[in-house]
Amino acid sequence: MAGKTLYDKLWDDHVVHTEDDGSCLIYIDRHLVHEVTSPQAFDGLRMAGRKPWRVARNLAVADHNVPTNHRDRGIADPVSRLQVETLDKNCAEFGITEFGMSDIRQGIVHVIGPEQGATLPGMTVVCGDSHTSTHGASGALAFGIGTSEVEHTLATQCLVQKKAKNLLISVNGEVRAGVTAKDIVLAIIGEIGTAGGTGYTIEFGGSAIRALSMEGRMTVCNMAIEAGARAGLVAVDDVTIDYYRNRPLSPKGDDWFMAERMWRNLHSDKNAVFDKTINIDATTIKPQVTWGTSPELVVAVDDVVPNPADEADAVKAQSMQRALDYMGLQAGQKITDIQIDKVFIGSCTNSRIEDLRAAAVVVEGKKVAANVKQALIVPGSGLIKQQAESEGLDKIFIDAGFEWRDAGCSMCLAMNADRLEEGERCASTSNRNFEGRQGYGGRTHLVSPAMAAAAGIAGYFVDVSAWTGE
Amino acid sequence: MKAFTTLTSIVAPLDRANVDTDAIIPKQFLKSIRRTGFGVYLFDEWRYLDQGQPDMDCTNRPINKDFVLNKPQYKSAQILLTRENFGCGSSREHAPWALEDYGFRAIIAPSFADIFYNNCFKNGLLPIALDAEIVDGLFKELTDDYALTIDLAAQTITTPSGKTIAFNVDENRKFRLLNGLDDIGLTLQHADKIHAYETERAKRAPWLFREISI
Ligand code: SF4
Repeated sequence: MAGKTLYDKLWDDHVVHTEDDGSCLIYIDRHLVHEVTSPQAFDGLRMAGRKPWRVARNLAVADHNVPTNHRDRGIADPVSRLQVETLDKNCAEFGITEFGMSDIRQGIVHVIGPEQGATLPGMTVVCGDSHTSTHGASGALAFGIGTSEVEHTLATQCLVQKKAKNLLISVNGEVRAGVTAKDIVLAIIGEIGTAGGTGYTIEFGGSAIRALSMEGRMTVCNMAIEAGARAGLVAVDDVTIDYYRNRPLSPKGDDWFMAERMWRNLHSDKNAVFDKTINIDATTIKPQVTWGTSPELVVAVDDVVPNPADEADAVKAQSMQRALDYMGLQAGQKITDIQIDKVFIGSCTNSRIEDLRAAAVVVEGKKVAANVKQALIVPGSGLIKQQAESEGLDKIFIDAGFEWRDAGCSMCLAMNADRLEEGERCASTSNRNFEGRQGYGGRTHLVSPAMAAAAGIAGYFVDVSAWTGE
Repeated sequence: MKAFTTLTSIVAPLDRANVDTDAIIPKQFLKSIRRTGFGVYLFDEWRYLDQGQPDMDCTNRPINKDFVLNKPQYKSAQILLTRENFGCGSSREHAPWALEDYGFRAIIAPSFADIFYNNCFKNGLLPIALDAEIVDGLFKELTDDYALTIDLAAQTITTPSGKTIAFNVDENRKFRLLNGLDDIGLTLQHADKIHAYETERAKRAPWLFREISI
């Protein structure tokens, strides 16, 4: 008999009931709640007179709308304020634990989940946010849901789901210096496209993935959704176990030993069968820069902006041309000739301590270029901010001319005050470069933290692996 | 939720691939804490020449005359015909809310993004995936007063020339949509099974059931 994939194991472990048509009622271990996608769900509960099924399985935080500076002054935008206040009220009314705006543990929902041990290996994790895929880095089955499903999870601790297919993306070999988890995942999306993972759960494996820290694995799984897959997974190993030892919500004492024994089985069996396998050679990956308005429109930093005329598929060529027009770029232009206006280092893709350290190494002792109007560093959580400050990273950034902010989603999607102005070009460590994502008319280039930091210093994109800063 | 049985309507063509949820309903509208009223902001950046803001009165906003939904012949369209990977990007359920609130009941495309596809069924919208060639054929055939009839029970689309096109839909989703049934009520019929699962799981993974307070 064929063995099970990691996804098969996680799935089978959570089936409560199977319908005749094969759809399943799946038990949800952890539900993360934030202010944008929950108000209508709480409204629905109230309207139907329902209560949360297991209130302690929910953890809430406001992240999308929170200001990243002068927090003591509150939220200026009345609409943002209303959403955050509505979350506070709903959590109080239903008894859900929430990290408030002034709590040191506040941060981006996908950063604080693993940080607190609120999302653990072997769990099913959902949140009304597509980047819930991030939590799959710990060997949890984690995916984004819509607001109706938020309400459904609150009311029943279950969701009706159909099982996806199994896709293994195996990344092997040692990456070159300067190539990070972000470059690996951008290269993968460049290769398979934004719909390449549609209908699948992606397991990321291979020696290059095993070599990543938990933070790096989170970066990769975070962007599984940009490859079209609702969930990304990485098998549990020593890196995972070490990460979860002593997190506030990790199992303690005998529970820990029992949990560790169970978690050690969270990998695909040797004889497991995947519906599809894609092999990627890690040794060929260079630092990546997106040039268009979809994460798949990406090239290596030493490359040029592609020419739509070289694209055989007419629909694709047309969207490439539209992307070029929006981005204000010319086909054939060297990536390293693109000047930037802003830098954003943050988001649930790249705002963890390792990301900040990587950026600090690049900027230490240097200054932000004169043409760069604003360079933001937004840690993923209050605790990461504190950690970075204890390492002196804040000083390095501030001395170089970066702004050192409080935790939140910030310029990743510009729901708070941090945004691009029309036509502005940004080197961003976030995950989406869609039209208007970082502000109306704003132009986003997705890169790794080191690449964003280097672009901030140089004023244009540089190959961080070969760059000396001179 | 509104039930969906049969529908005959004019078809609005949106000839673009990869229409993402940011385009369907730009993010500034996510700030609303209500479930209704998003229809006037549907495709806001394409539909209007100025920048839309939540709670804005749209009656006097400058209109982009070239955008398909602004053409008079498509005003009453309840069926949207579009290209592959419709609804990609963020999981915002505001996208189907906006489409539904605007008046659309069905969307025909070669493919849809997963989360968006799921969200449609929860909001009385029927997404229909057809072969790319068939969709292309519909685009070619389309005229100003082109109307299709969709019969969910029979899983067919009938074109003005009387040709029928069959489509697939999952039985469970079809049943709920035909009857306008609420998902939570259906799940709670299995409350005993959920309790039984929890009891069994608590033996295997007791740490999940300790209510640690933080
Ligand atoms: S950081 Fe960006 S992608 Fe992540 S949850 Fe916030 S808005 Fe979404």
